[in-house]
Amino acid sequence: MYKIVAKRKLNDLVELMEIHAPYVARKCEPGQFIILRVDEEGERIPLTIADYDRKKETVTIIYQVVGYSTKKLSLKNEGDSVEDFVGPLGQEAPLHKVKRVLGIGGGVGIAPLYPQLKKMKELGVQVDTILGGRSDEFIILEDEMENISDNVYYATNDGSKGIKGFVTDKLNELIENGEKYDLVIAIGPLIMMKAVCEITKKHDIKTNVSLNPIMIDGTGMCGGCRVTVGGETKFACVDGPDFDGHQVDFDEAMRRQGMYKEEEKDHVCRLGLED
Amino acid sequence: MPNMSKEKVKMKEQDPLLRIKNFDEVTCGYTLEEAMEEAGRCLQCKTRPCVGGCPVSVPIPEFIKEVSEGNIEEAYNIIATENRLPAICGRVCPQESQCEGKCVRGRKGEPVAIGRLERFVADYYMENIKKDVEKPESNNKKVAVVGGGPASLTCAADLAKKGYEVTMYEALHQLGGVLMYGIPEFRLPKGLVQTELKSVTDLGVKVEKNVIVGKSITIDELFEEEGFQAVFVGSGAGLPRFMNIEGENLNGVYSANEFLTRVNLMKAYDFPNSPTPVRIGEKVAVIGGGNVAMDAARTAKRLGAKEVKIVYRRSKEELPARVEEVHHAEEEQIIFDLLKNPVEIIGEDGHVTGMKCIKMELGEPDESGRRRPQPIEGSEEVMDVDIVVVAIGQTPNPLLRDTTDGLDVNKRGCIVVNEDTMETTLENVYAGGDAVTGAATVILAMGAGKKAAKAIDEKLSK
Ligand SMILES: Cc1cc2nc3c(=O)[nH]c(=O)nc-3n(C[C@H](O)[C@H](O)[C@H](O)COP(=O)(O)OP(=O)(O)OC[C@H]3O[C@@H](n4cnc5c(N)ncnc54)[C@H](O)[C@@H]3O)c2cc1C
Ligand SMILES: Cc1cc2nc3c(=O)[nH]c(=O)nc-3n(C[C@H](O)[C@H](O)[C@H](O)COP(=O)(O)OP(=O)(O)OC[C@H]3O[C@@H](n4cnc5c(N)ncnc54)[C@H](O)[C@@H]3O)c2cc1C
Ligand code: SF4
Ligand code: SF4
Ligand code: FES
Ligand SMILES: [Mg+2]
Repeated sequence: MYKIVAKRKLNDLVELMEIHAPYVARKCEPGQFIILRVDEEGERIPLTIADYDRKKETVTIIYQVVGYSTKKLSLKNEGDSVEDFVGPLGQEAPLHKVKRVLGIGGGVGIAPLYPQLKKMKELGVQVDTILGGRSDEFIILEDEMENISDNVYYATNDGSKGIKGFVTDKLNELIENGEKYDLVIAIGPLIMMKAVCEITKKHDIKTNVSLNPIMIDGTGMCGGCRVTVGGETKFACVDGPDFDGHQVDFDEAMRRQGMYKEEEKDHVCRLGLED
Repeated sequence: MPNMSKEKVKMKEQDPLLRIKNFDEVTCGYTLEEAMEEAGRCLQCKTRPCVGGCPVSVPIPEFIKEVSEGNIEEAYNIIATENRLPAICGRVCPQESQCEGKCVRGRKGEPVAIGRLERFVADYYMENIKKDVEKPESNNKKVAVVGGGPASLTCAADLAKKGYEVTMYEALHQLGGVLMYGIPEFRLPKGLVQTELKSVTDLGVKVEKNVIVGKSITIDELFEEEGFQAVFVGSGAGLPRFMNIEGENLNGVYSANEFLTRVNLMKAYDFPNSPTPVRIGEKVAVIGGGNVAMDAARTAKRLGAKEVKIVYRRSKEELPARVEEVHHAEEEQIIFDLLKNPVEIIGEDGHVTGMKCIKMELGEPDESGRRRPQPIEGSEEVMDVDIVVVAIGQTPNPLLRDTTDGLDVNKRGCIVVNEDTMETTLENVYAGGDAVTGAATVILAMGAGKKAAKAIDEKLSK
């Protein structure tokens, strides 16, 4: 059992938990993730390591409540425990010192972006950040991002913070204004990462993305997480989750991610967990 | 006077048409009377050829003699000297090529039903006799075992019995390895696996689940930071192979591992009462001819698929699955579409709708002695399917090799060991089971775990 030592609501849909998990906390690096099961009957769900504290042996996860298991997780409180918590899984993000990096985070994707940018900052890299979301209240970790970035730009669908529009609108604007970046790290919905990559490819800016296909074991045992990168099949849980965005077959990834849409919808209704 | 019947005492089985609607065990086991009658067929051969066929040398005539006299507790104790998982082995060992394959009664008629008797003894013991095992006194020596499959369980049990302080590290949330996530309930009930696992952990083996050695902690750290004096690696062959053909990443294409893990470990058969879904469709094609393929096919049938095919590139004689599994699959209306090899999976809107296969013929024997299948040019045909399960084999996961300096593997990715001691190229690191042999059998994995335990004990007692 893994104790929840702190829990915070970041907005209506997104919550943060700090969980006591010594094995993970001792070893994890930015870009890696964990798999947890809420209780004995639970399914295995992957979540990115948003932060960690080696001394306290805790790991921070930030999750958006989207379906059955994340809903069940959100019913747990400080002092409660989750049944299983395994990691660190996946490769650490391939972060090297460059002159200037642009981080682009969409929705709950801001959470996994944060530790990567933090590490870049520690490496002495100049960091700019674009954060996007439905509206002001769906943008998370603003203070943390402001702390490590030279500039933070915002894009919201309703214009309640920053520009009204998508993160890609801001990206285009920065490029047009002559800003130069050596690397873009984009993490968010697949459709956002795809759109970012279309732009950066045109301008020949290397772009890392973090993929989140459906996973079970997270150790390379099932192959359910396979994605096509550079024409080759990769297992995202062991080869990734971060990949060169210009090589990723996003259309396939989106299709595979939606594999159980029907079942999952049914599921939440039949268990009476819908709002 | 032995029972000279040429045939084994029949074992009751669920009717095929009923059992394809449930996940209950297919075979029902012997009653005490049936077991005693079958035990009476054993000739108590002085030369014990059957024992030579068993990878862990179960004292077969000795335990069978006790069964024939109705002394089941004694029979169990005899088996348990060599095999701590008899309920499992009795069910899943390929007896026809091991113990029973060597039985003299098999020369004229059927061999003694050694597997069924072993299973009977274990089941009867668990239900009627079971005594708590005592935790042996510690000898203050620490050994770590990696993985919770049959190889590691056996190694851990043997060492724990000698007083070693054993810690078992398992990557998943449950022990058992393939016994839990691979082999289905209708062939190996999970409750029973848990009971046999408990007989191992009750010996005082400490269990750390959710720890991936190589990620959560390295082998070097097990020695340097945790103070273990030896490490046994029983990490299995968990990496699924794919065919690398067009369309293999379409929705609806599973590896057998994924398909079976969803259903067994994650209980997808009970969706939506369990949270993990699985897609079944109407027409399922399972590619491969081993136990794994049979399990996937029979599972799909039970989950409601209308038509399930085994697509295999050789002929029936070459099917590597246990004879009983093929027989049960046939009874359950699984279609054997043999001498066919998939060349492309076809989809619409991203989901499988068909599979193009080429017909094969058998040519000259290859290295394995089996006739090599060759494609018949121009014979491609598309079959109608909506789910494809790829069951063409597994290889060891590269994780430990990649994270452990000096741990050598061969070109198939299998860990290299000294065959006599199971010691790897790293001192005091031992390995066994599928991680060393590639996908093999439960009992071979157990045999390897046992051999390693003996070598570890000898080394650490010096
Ligand atoms: C490497 C990785 C890192 C992730 N990090 C985060 C994170 O930091 N924060 C966060 O909120 N989400 C993250 N996710 C997504 C998260 O795992 C899913 O939102 C979660 O599993 C949904 O479960 P559910 O039962 O609540 O919803 P469901 O209703 O079951 O599913 C909703 C959607 O979530 C996705 N999903 C469902 N099951 C899985 C699964 N087993 N694995 C992956 N995706 C699944 C599917 O696209 C599905 O349509 C990550 C996924 C991956 C693969
Ligand atoms: C579907 C199926 C049906 C089968 N049917 C039969 C049959 O009828 N008869 C038969 O004899 N054999 C059968 N087999 C084969 C048999 O199950 C295997 O040969 C046997 O389980 C191998 O045992 P093992 O202990 O080497 O490995 P496994 O059973 O694979 O166990 C390895 C364990 O190690 C864990 N692990 C892996 N890496 C790590 C790590 N880095 N850190 C921590 N833990 C780790 C895994 O999660 C797993 O639990 C079947 C296999 C499958 C898949
Ligand atoms: S362990 Fe397997 S091979 Fe050995 S006697 Fe039992 S059934 Fe036969
Ligand atoms: S070979 Fe057959 S008959 Fe002879 S002892 Fe073994 S089981 Fe009995
Ligand atoms: S999640 Fe199973 S192989 Fe990646
Ligand atoms: Mg879910």
